[in-house]
Amino acid sequence: MDKFENRKFVIYGIMVLIGLIFIGRLFYIQVIDDSYKLSAENQALVHTTLYPSRGVIYDRNGEVIVYNQASYDLMVIPKQVDKDLDTLKFCGVLGISKDDFIKKMEKCRRYSRYRASAFEKQITDENWVSISGKLFQYPGFFGQKRTLRKYALPVAAQVLGFVGEASRDNINKDAFYRPGDYLGISGLETWYEKNLRGKRGVKVYKRDVHNRIMGSYREGKLDTLPVAGENLVSTLDLYLQEYGEKLMANKRGSIVAIEPESGEILALVSSPNYDPNMLVGRARSKNYSALASNDSLNPLFNRAINAVYRPGSIFKLVQGLIGLQTHVINLNTRILCKRSIIKCHGTHTNDNLFGAIQHSCNPYFREVYRRLIQGGEFSNIYDDSRYGLGVWRDYVTSFGLGVRLPTDISGVSKGFVPDVAFYNKWYGDGGWAFSTIYSNSIGEGEMGVTPLQMANLAAILGNRGYYYTPHFIKSIGDKGPREEYLKRNYTHIDSSYFYVVIDALAAVVNETGGTARRARMDSIIICGKTGTVQNPTTPDHSVFMAFAPKDNPKIAIAVYVEEAGFGGTWAAPISSLMIEKYLTGEIKRPAKEQRILDANFLIPVKKSNESH
Amino acid sequence: MSRIKKSIFTNVDWPVVGMYLLLVLMGWLNIYATLYNEDHTSLFDFSQRHGKQLMWIGISIVVALVIALVDSRLFETFAYVFYGIGMFFLIAVLVGGNEIKGARSWFVIGGVSFQPSETAKYVTALAVAYYLSRPGVKIGNIKPKLIMFLMIALPGILIALQPDPGSTLVYLAFIFVLYREGMSGNIMIVGLVMVMLFIVTLFAKQSSVMMPFVDVEMNGKYVLISFLVLITGGLYLLLKNLNKNIWKAFAVGLLIMVGTVLSVDYVFDNIFKDRHRNRVNELVGIISDPRGTGYNQHQSKIAIGSGGFWGKGYLDGTQTKYNFVPEQSTDFIYCTVGEEWGFIGSSFVIITFLTLIGRLIFLAERQRSKFSRVYGYSVASILFVHFMINIGMTIGLAPVIGIPLPFFSYGGTSLLSFSILLFTFVKLDSDRKHLLS
Repeated sequence: MDKFENRKFVIYGIMVLIGLIFIGRLFYIQVIDDSYKLSAENQALVHTTLYPSRGVIYDRNGEVIVYNQASYDLMVIPKQVDKDLDTLKFCGVLGISKDDFIKKMEKCRRYSRYRASAFEKQITDENWVSISGKLFQYPGFFGQKRTLRKYALPVAAQVLGFVGEASRDNINKDAFYRPGDYLGISGLETWYEKNLRGKRGVKVYKRDVHNRIMGSYREGKLDTLPVAGENLVSTLDLYLQEYGEKLMANKRGSIVAIEPESGEILALVSSPNYDPNMLVGRARSKNYSALASNDSLNPLFNRAINAVYRPGSIFKLVQGLIGLQTHVINLNTRILCKRSIIKCHGTHTNDNLFGAIQHSCNPYFREVYRRLIQGGEFSNIYDDSRYGLGVWRDYVTSFGLGVRLPTDISGVSKGFVPDVAFYNKWYGDGGWAFSTIYSNSIGEGEMGVTPLQMANLAAILGNRGYYYTPHFIKSIGDKGPREEYLKRNYTHIDSSYFYVVIDALAAVVNETGGTARRARMDSIIICGKTGTVQNPTTPDHSVFMAFAPKDNPKIAIAVYVEEAGFGGTWAAPISSLMIEKYLTGEIKRPAKEQRILDANFLIPVKKSNESH
Repeated sequence: MSRIKKSIFTNVDWPVVGMYLLLVLMGWLNIYATLYNEDHTSLFDFSQRHGKQLMWIGISIVVALVIALVDSRLFETFAYVFYGIGMFFLIAVLVGGNEIKGARSWFVIGGVSFQPSETAKYVTALAVAYYLSRPGVKIGNIKPKLIMFLMIALPGILIALQPDPGSTLVYLAFIFVLYREGMSGNIMIVGLVMVMLFIVTLFAKQSSVMMPFVDVEMNGKYVLISFLVLITGGLYLLLKNLNKNIWKAFAVGLLIMVGTVLSVDYVFDNIFKDRHRNRVNELVGIISDPRGTGYNQHQSKIAIGSGGFWGKGYLDGTQTKYNFVPEQSTDFIYCTVGEEWGFIGSSFVIITFLTLIGRLIFLAERQRSKFSRVYGYSVASILFVHFMINIGMTIGLAPVIGIPLPFFSYGGTSLLSFSILLFTFVKLDSDRKHLLS
């Protein structure tokens, strides 16, 4: 009807084209390109971290050992800080210098002008009260609640470990961590980090263009509450631990006490130690470097699990047991005390095993060791020794010696039990035989044992032949006993062979003339053995290993006092006091206790002639 | 035709009315969303924009009903009178209007504000329709062309003086109307080429090229001109045997193209204000400053882009609340759709608009009266240009030009004038059987 009517199609066409372009563009920016979603989140949402409280650690009787106290990080959003902030006044409130202020502010600004970063960390509750009241005058600053560790008693520092801020390295290794997070750095805090740390929560707020908080985002649908870390039930007896540390004051050494019937570590003392509260909060890094570098006593070093000493006479017990098991001796075997090759002490001349243990006869155990190492399997003494050492070592390691006990703390040392490869490397293959290595027979030579292994040995003797892995945590949360610590580890020695050894140990403590008379108690039969680690220039280390009572022992203990002299003089009475404290709950021998408390072995002394 | 007493709703095109109501409702929901916060949840709070808009929706519907009641011949009869009144207000606002944000666009009388440029579109559409429907007016002749040009340019120029260049651009809508009525289509092609050359020149003049052989550095825009001359010349040599007079077309074409390139500096430096320059530069990507000149568009894209496929959900937007996007309830209302309703919702709005406009063209074509047809095309074209510029701006395809999205944007005058514009055509259409010419 109209010659231009068809032009409507051109117009329709243009409109459809524009429509398609628009929809295509929308599809691109809304569905394909994610950058806008990111920008939107960044500018309109504020993610606030809600930090969980760390798990609490209890002792075996339900006493709190470690818990949490509130602390605050002072956060700042540099962009929002008043241009004409009264710096001096503000520094006064915080108790920092103006230089500090400028440095910290610069650091925060470098991180981000628009995002919050910590200006001052770990302000304690008491300090925070006075700061928070004045904070409203300083826009851009606000508090972020955190928690710090607090200790019921200033004890067990090396066992518990400490908590610090996650390093760049931690963050790179585990995606869980973000800058500013705390994590366990040593001891149980780090071993059980995954249980203790809990889970961060997040609260998402909307903010407007002026950075004012406009309420929670999507009615909190994306918010999560923090999940507190799991509590741990420790095997430690807090008061026994405290008592052990008290006894070890002014001494170098360690105490390890284990419940033989479970492998639970009742106390683990390494002295000198430090107050765990030193490594909490703002003073941590300063105190840490003081402890780590400026203290020659190295209190951060956990001697109980990490220091390796020659086992000395105590090792004779293991030798005797292996001898019985391999039938190179029996209960009646007597061996002449020939003091020409190896010296001895006392008046005995021809002991059986019981007597040899009681008198700590060196020639006796040298002969036992000879029969073990060079028993005549091969005519060539070198081949014979090589074979013998392998067999012997299998028995020794079944006692948890020379192997890393899978105790739940890092830094546990293996100790050392020499093997064929070791001597081949040292002397060359075929370059050594029994005569080269006989010092091992009496726990000298190349043998190395940690106090933890020594206490475990006491537990093995108390149990007549097996041990549970010594451990610190018996329950995570309230889950109860832990599978991995319920397994008995048997030595390769039949339990029947233990009785003679145990009788001998009882005699050592309880019979007149026994080397450990100072460990004796009237009410409880303690079985123990002294050991003395000889030092070339300084006094010997005083060592004692014991369990009590004789039947169904409840406690096995090893005590090391460095450079204190004979084992029976110091280590034995300390063990006895620990046993008394644990089994009876009180000390009825104040004089004995006072003698220990008064002793100070931190003052360097020249070697005296008192020995064994 | 029997003059049976009929209802005012007889022959009303319900799809158009339905789509109108749908758009108005969606617009209102989104205005509510941009202002929504936990403190103002009442839908009928007239101190808030969504409350006021609701009132204006009511007024618009009442006015639509009034239009339905009047005699449809009234619009034709009084077309020039309305045009005269419209032009009077445009002049009056330049003299006695209130200056808001640097432009004299508004009368504010006792709390009620009125924007003459919004009604000017309506009266211009009526006048153009009336003139073109006069017997003997042939758009091919030079005199009608001139009259048409003046009739459309007058309000455009008056609005540009406010200054409100965005609203002036809307008058380009009449190109579609004139094209449909027989004006040469070349003008659209020429317009398109000019826009493209303009943009290319903006880039070209940024750089300069070292000429080979002669050691002269030549500005990119002269390089561009050289290319245009070479290409046009080459094409002419190829095609000259087809038609003897083809050289005229080539000459005019070349003249326009070179003129465009050379005029870029002048238009850019003397006609455009700083902000216009920046918006154009930002759009084509010559400058990028998302915190400064590009802030609005950048935020707008973030809001829409963050909506994703399904959107964040009604009232759950974050960008379109809290003032990240400026002018959220007026010019950038489409951001709220994009953010809260996602790709689904945004596409739905585009389809609804295009369906409405397409329907209007369909209705225009079925008119027996030329007046009604031209007017119908005017309505469709005005809505389309608004739609194209507004949405193009929010998704970063057009420079930031402050004009509302019809029926959607907050604003009383705007909603009322678009409603009058539309319902006048609905009325004309419902009476199409009685209107002949």
